[in-house]
Amino acid sequence: MLKLLKNDLGGRVFLTILVLTTVFVPVANLLLPPDNPLYVSSYTVTLIGKYLCYAILALSLDLVWGYLGIMSLGHGAFFALGGYAMGMYLMRQIGDRGVYGNAELPDFMVFLNWDSLPWFWSGFDQLWFALLMVVLIPGLLAFVFGLLAFRSRVTGVYFSIITQALTYALMLAFFRNEMGFGGNNGLTDFKDILGFNIQAAETRVALFTASAVVLAAAYLACRSIVSSRLGVLSMAVRDAESRVRFLGYNVTNVKLAVFVFSAMLAGVAGALYVPQVGIINPSEFSPLKSIELVIWVAVGGRGTLYGAILGALAVSYSKTWLTGAFPEVWLFALGALFILVTIYLPKGVSGSIETLRKRR
Amino acid sequence: MTESLDTYKSQRLKEENPSNSIRAMNFKSLIYKWAVFFAMILSLLSGFGIFTEALAESATPSLEETLPDLLTKSFKEKTLVAERIAESADPRSVKLLEAMLNGKLGYIKENKTMVYMNKVDKGLSLTDALTDQSKGTLKKNEVKKVATNNKLRKTLRGLIARAQLANTDSTVRKQSVLRMLETADGVAITALKNQLETEPKKEIQELIQVAIDLNKVRSEPHQSLHEIQNLSSRLEPEVRNALAAIASNETLKASDPDVVDASVKSLKIIDGKVSFYKKLETGFFGLSLGSVLVLAAIGLAITFGVMGVINMAHGELIMIGSYTTYTLQQLMPSQIGLALVLSIPAAFIVSALFGMLIERGVIRHLYGRPLETLLATFGVSLVLQQLVRTVYSPLNRSVESPSWLSGTLEINSVLSLTLNRLYIIAFCLVVFAALYFLINRSNIGLHVRAISQNRQMARAMGIRASRVDMLTFGLGSGIAGIAGVALSQLTNVGPNLGQGYIIDSFLVVVFGGVGNLWGTLVSGFSLGIASKFLEPWSGAVLAKIAVLVFIILFIQKYPSGLFPQRGRAAEG
Amino acid sequence: MNLKNLISASAMIATLNAPNVLAADTIKVGVLHSLSGTMAISETTLKDTMLMLIDDQNAKGGLLGKQLEPVVVDPASDWPLFAEKARELIEVEKVAATFCCWTSVSRKSVLPVFEELNGLLFYPVQYEGEESSKNVFYTGAAPNQQAVPAVDYLMDELEVTRWVLAGTDYVYPRTTNKILEAYLKSKGVADDDILINYTPFGHSDWQSIVSEIKQFGSAGKKTAVVSTINGDANVPFYKELGNQGISAEDIPVVAFSVGEEELSGIDTKPLVGHLAAWNYFMSVESDENDAFITSWKEYIGDEKRVTNDPMEAHVIGFKMWVKAVEKAGTTDTDAVIAAMVGIEVPNLTGGTAKMLANHHLTKPVLIGEIQEDGQFEVVFSTDSEVPGDAWSDYLDGSKDVVSDWTGEMTAGVPCGNYNKVTSVCSGQNYQ
Repeated sequence: MLKLLKNDLGGRVFLTILVLTTVFVPVANLLLPPDNPLYVSSYTVTLIGKYLCYAILALSLDLVWGYLGIMSLGHGAFFALGGYAMGMYLMRQIGDRGVYGNAELPDFMVFLNWDSLPWFWSGFDQLWFALLMVVLIPGLLAFVFGLLAFRSRVTGVYFSIITQALTYALMLAFFRNEMGFGGNNGLTDFKDILGFNIQAAETRVALFTASAVVLAAAYLACRSIVSSRLGVLSMAVRDAESRVRFLGYNVTNVKLAVFVFSAMLAGVAGALYVPQVGIINPSEFSPLKSIELVIWVAVGGRGTLYGAILGALAVSYSKTWLTGAFPEVWLFALGALFILVTIYLPKGVSGSIETLRKRR
Repeated sequence: MTESLDTYKSQRLKEENPSNSIRAMNFKSLIYKWAVFFAMILSLLSGFGIFTEALAESATPSLEETLPDLLTKSFKEKTLVAERIAESADPRSVKLLEAMLNGKLGYIKENKTMVYMNKVDKGLSLTDALTDQSKGTLKKNEVKKVATNNKLRKTLRGLIARAQLANTDSTVRKQSVLRMLETADGVAITALKNQLETEPKKEIQELIQVAIDLNKVRSEPHQSLHEIQNLSSRLEPEVRNALAAIASNETLKASDPDVVDASVKSLKIIDGKVSFYKKLETGFFGLSLGSVLVLAAIGLAITFGVMGVINMAHGELIMIGSYTTYTLQQLMPSQIGLALVLSIPAAFIVSALFGMLIERGVIRHLYGRPLETLLATFGVSLVLQQLVRTVYSPLNRSVESPSWLSGTLEINSVLSLTLNRLYIIAFCLVVFAALYFLINRSNIGLHVRAISQNRQMARAMGIRASRVDMLTFGLGSGIAGIAGVALSQLTNVGPNLGQGYIIDSFLVVVFGGVGNLWGTLVSGFSLGIASKFLEPWSGAVLAKIAVLVFIILFIQKYPSGLFPQRGRAAEG
Repeated sequence: MNLKNLISASAMIATLNAPNVLAADTIKVGVLHSLSGTMAISETTLKDTMLMLIDDQNAKGGLLGKQLEPVVVDPASDWPLFAEKARELIEVEKVAATFCCWTSVSRKSVLPVFEELNGLLFYPVQYEGEESSKNVFYTGAAPNQQAVPAVDYLMDELEVTRWVLAGTDYVYPRTTNKILEAYLKSKGVADDDILINYTPFGHSDWQSIVSEIKQFGSAGKKTAVVSTINGDANVPFYKELGNQGISAEDIPVVAFSVGEEELSGIDTKPLVGHLAAWNYFMSVESDENDAFITSWKEYIGDEKRVTNDPMEAHVIGFKMWVKAVEKAGTTDTDAVIAAMVGIEVPNLTGGTAKMLANHHLTKPVLIGEIQEDGQFEVVFSTDSEVPGDAWSDYLDGSKDVVSDWTGEMTAGVPCGNYNKVTSVCSGQNYQ
């Protein structure tokens, strides 16, 4: 592990901070009394937990954008699919505690006169199955979509636009009540996860810790991928695709492998996100969310991994802060941030730091 | 065998039990309606002097006696009063009914005098409804309008229309006959027959004949074989409904099977025609949706297709065009039609200025990095949206349609084309032609094409690339503004207007083939028509999803779209 | 941007990692309405209404001797953000009550937060029912206070026999249409005479659907459209109706989501004569309403600004909360919830609104026709206030369910969804 991070100062700094936070936050939340100045409220725990999920998502995008050079404007779709898989498990855990007291059907199905659970909901009462689906469904979608796209050498802007169309089509589909995923309201009002009350402080801390651990693991996994042969190849594809192809490598397979892994990672982020925010609905598929995600990575700096995480945390936090503090002007601020960063920090914050370091 | 017997029995049972059978119920109420309308029209026509001989001396109360009854609050009573007014054979009655219909009839709260109200500067100028004497001007709250509701107005319209069978204006006469199609019988038919003899217009003659035939079909179905066959050439819904009633009439089936057969045959002919015209209509809807898509996308075909800039603020430039229209209409409230026409150049200029500002301020720094223009222009789009919210308000703004834009071009009773859609299709084609000419035939167009094909070489030839970039982006943005003018006539003008079109626009351009104006035109129209033909059997949402999936698969198979660019430029 | 905002901003940063040390002697009131994104159109007005009400109350000397302090945050039409902001308001800002939301999904998103943290939520918009939470007071209409009376009016007064139920595809139209379908069938309307149609949010191309409605309405029976079409999709819908030559007298449309505010953004000419059903219209003549309209116009500084039904709901909700706090003598959530039931305040249409044990209100039902100036002319109103019913009597799943937070009808257990047949309380007070 240390070898992996040898040339990665940013990663070492980030992982250190992450470990410290992961130790401090649960202690400060569960053990300290609320009037202690170091006490961390459950609100903050959940908020940071949410940011960590965003960070995993940003990491997954950085892998394909920063290292493979393909900008997916539909990564939100994989995130949302993972979220829905988890949401379905959580819905099944409600059991007969829903408003209609139906042990078999979620409330919205009772409400829309469904007689029985549709086939695609079966199995989701088991966590292992749901977790499997969390990675399998986004992975499968990415595989089919990527196979078709990469084989016909759809690249650059075109790839971005059709991924955007993909997430847009999925959003429209999930909005339909006939689909059986709760329509516009989505899945909400969760009660338990693995038998633990989802609203309890301990569960929140556990979910937070899980997010932190997954983020650390994902970071190491991504780092090892980019340092591996596959990573080197994908960077070569990014910089000169035709040359790699002429050298006899199968570019499609390289792209496909990285893209599918990235989609799975996004799915995992979604699965961790849903129990913490308590709702998943089709607006997660909205193209705007995916663009926001790209912005995180752009602001943080792509192609450095830790930069993506930094961007996700910084932009999400400023959104939280600005929507509370300056509700009327936060869009101005956000818009200006995007413009300025793209023009003046083309490599993002982390990229600029790297440049400065190299110059010294 | 037994099974079919049982079905038959149960059907019979249904027929015999009126509470179970909608059909039987309707038949009963139809008879009742006939009776009522017979009486009404009888008195009506007599009242308006079309039928002076028979009933002129009936003992209807005078207008002076009737009018105060309008003070009631109940709409049902008011309806009866209105009918009595129509009956009164008074020359003032039509004017009264019209004033009531238009909400211009009221009464002075103090002494309950019925007056006509006309809006003037400081209140309402009043004239006595009975004597036509001026009652001066009163404040709004001293007078109360005789309230009408939906149903009362329909009755009023009917009462007025029926008096207009002999009107000099042929469109009024036509409306009058149309309103009588469903119900005319007895005296009304005699009146129609009289009108038929003097009616100069062939179209109305035919329509009157339909009314007469329909009456025969309804009153004596077993003797109307000839009429039923004649009616097969008509598309009016009343004809179809009357024939359908006969075709499903069980007693008639037993007694006069040939009549029923004839109406089934006529119905089949009518339904065939209707479904043909419905297909035409769907085609028209598709063209019109396509023209909206093309209008929204064609500016993008310039900025994205020719310049390679992914302009996420394109939708907001459309929005700016719409707001320009709104602003102009606010500036000239009495001339909304003129304001709309003026807003075409105005929107072009305003959006083009915004576009050039964006080009100078943001995009100029990002040439050669297309994906990053996406990010920066997304920021621009957020800023522009919030700007509009701050300057105008987050609420939607109301852009009015001038009267020459509303209404329909009626081909027949089934197919009528809405005028505003026709204008927009035409407008779209004009904009396309102008743009095509500009790019392919003008000097500036030559420069634009040269820059897009080989920037270095073009600059070596003395073309000022950065100026051309600015103008090109301005052109694309200006076209977006013009699209905004058209959209303001169809949809909401609000801060979110642009977002609804941005994804569709990109797909249209990519599907058509980047850098090809023809491609954008063809792809916009074909996507519009395809989704409209899908919509009836899949619903609006699934149709949209299907089109999206189709485009995704198409681009995955043919990455350069319908009309791929050839040659060296394609590699760039 | 003023100093106050800056201070509260820096206070927020301070509180992100530390408990609220600035426990001032004010009572905080949360205002959680989208100020950006798609819902800003509707919700910004409600935020302004709340600020005005709070100002008024402070001018009158505040509440319990303390000043009220509004805490405004922007959930940006983003549903998970609603939940996050709700948590922030209750846990960090420690607000005494929150006035929140427009869409059903935003309410569903914050609901678990309010139940978990025992907050107090006032929800001001007409909604689909099928919900009753201890922590929520529903000041908008339930379906039986809007949809059913409107259909009755069409059936009795306009003699409509053929029905188009057109709505946006989400839970409110789905439920309303299900209730109406069951209701119409119970009145003897045949299947063939009901056409149900759903469209997505923001649907803008209505050509085919309006053409279908036109054809459906030409069958020789009086036809009406019952519209649960949401917000933005309405303008193109009405425009298309007008363009295809369908007048209000041929096929009237009765809408449940079109109010004065929406009309202010529409060219109203093609709409004149179409109907809407609400519990409040700006045009209603009463002293309370006149006073409210005057102070609203003055507060917002715009003579042309209109008032609408959800604003009245916030007015009622806020007045009730003030009264309940005064009655309880504290802002403690449980005490206020207990004090709320039975509270009566005058509504703006000259009647009285009473908070019922199911946390819904009594409301008059008004039906108005759209006028050219964007106002409504009332053509029908119920004789007295109609009590809101959380669980519809026309749906299989909920006709046996009642809600009573006093426990009188629910065997002593305060319960939001108590099944009378099985005597089981499910949902929030699930044992």
